Amino acid sequence: MSNTRLDQARDLDFKRQVEKESGQNLSACYQCGKCTAGCPGAQFYDRQVSQIMRAVQMGLKEEALKNRSLWLCLSCSTCSSRCPNGIDVAAVMETLRSMARREGWVQDRPIESFWKAFLDTVKYTGRSYELGVMADFMGRTLRGWGNVEIAPQALLKNKMPFVPSLIHGRYEVARIFTRYAEKRR
Amino acid sequence: MRFAYYPGCSGHGSSVEYEASTQAVCKALGMELVEVPDWNCCGSTPAHSVSHELSAALAARNLMQAGKTGCDCMLTPCPSCSSNLKMGRHRMQDPDFKAGVDELLDEPTPTAENGGADLMETYSVLQAITENVDAASIASRVIRPLEGIKVVCYYGCLLSRPAEVAKFDDPENPMALDNIMKALGAEVLPFAMKTECCGAAMGIPDVNIPGTLSGRILDAAKAAGAQAVVTACPLCHMNLELRQRQAARISGKEFFGLPVFYYTQLLAYAFGLPEEAMRFDKLTVNPAPLLGMIAARRDERMAAVIENNRKSAGAAS
Repeated sequence: MSNTRLDQARDLDFKRQVEKESGQNLSACYQCGKCTAGCPGAQFYDRQVSQIMRAVQMGLKEEALKNRSLWLCLSCSTCSSRCPNGIDVAAVMETLRSMARREGWVQDRPIESFWKAFLDTVKYTGRSYELGVMADFMGRTLRGWGNVEIAPQALLKNKMPFVPSLIHGRYEVARIFTRYAEKRR
Repeated sequence: MRFAYYPGCSGHGSSVEYEASTQAVCKALGMELVEVPDWNCCGSTPAHSVSHELSAALAARNLMQAGKTGCDCMLTPCPSCSSNLKMGRHRMQDPDFKAGVDELLDEPTPTAENGGADLMETYSVLQAITENVDAASIASRVIRPLEGIKVVCYYGCLLSRPAEVAKFDDPENPMALDNIMKALGAEVLPFAMKTECCGAAMGIPDVNIPGTLSGRILDAAKAAGAQAVVTACPLCHMNLELRQRQAARISGKEFFGLPVFYYTQLLAYAFGLPEEAMRFDKLTVNPAPLLGMIAARRDERMAAVIENNRKSAGAAS
């Protein structure tokens, strides 16, 4: 493990920014580790939630933002419901993910591509469309072959319609996405 | 009771049996559902994972459409939809956040006195049933009790979390489904994994995540002695049911063979509603043996009752 010069590495503006965007008081965290103990994603994480919380407290931006855990978070809110200091830890994770994305530090391309594929079907049809999302995701990433295993049963039971449902207000929905993209620019 | 109704996208795809049974059960319970005109996808996890504002804008359009039904609140069977719609409304109580969302919409959301958005609240169908119909009145409608079967109820993450937004049941040990299943005559076993995450939609990018997590849940259900799992979430159902063989393989277990039902399917069954109200044919883990056991138990009980009546009639004459 490399040494970190705290006098040089600390970025307290970063901590303040996280607090502002997430609406949470990070100083309240006393590192009990309860968030990590209950996290269902912990076994897949490259950095644990409590470590990420500590990194934010210390103003260690890269440590907090450059990890796959932010993408692997399942948004189950177990951490938030168990935090003895009432911190909405899941909201902090979500804030950090947005910040990492803005920095261009997306650490898990497949998951990011899945979200993109999902939102694209919503943008163009107004609704999500399971088969379309899967096909789009697999086309983009050449991954997701594990889903082929369940496809025969899903199709046999007619659980995945081939035709997406198009809503009348789909252009209205598309405009939401367009305005969002323009705003972010 | 009249409610705006938001079926959610999976109701038209992977969870048609949930949609059919929800409609039938609500009708039987006197809950009128008025489908929100031209509703759009709530954005689910991908939208809030990308941006809270985008997620809230998708919710806002739905809630404004729901306003056109003239109902006071909206119901949805899907916990992910209900969570997003609730969260969007909750965040838009903040005037600054509302202003940001309004910039994304064709028409701004109506403003309440506090400066936040004036939009209707969303509840899960489960919450509406729990709060509007008491267990005794559910029990009184049962004509085919789920006798002699042991079930565990699996709630997933989003029905009761985050607690301050969900405002429903206990975030760690919810009981709504347990109480309904008891009212239907099933033996409900205590279950430690009630709100442990099943892996959500991570199966699309990486099957190992729901495979591992759902495998653990199913293994615990089996170890507890359950003959079936009862759930209220389309995504949980997909991971526990449609992906059950995959979950067993990934978690290194033998195939669990556990039927996984939507609670509304079992309500419809117990109420004696017609076959198309349950759509058991949509399940991939065959529920027929278990349903056969219930029927055999019922026949046995009925035979005993008839025998008893015959005896007492004989004794009286």
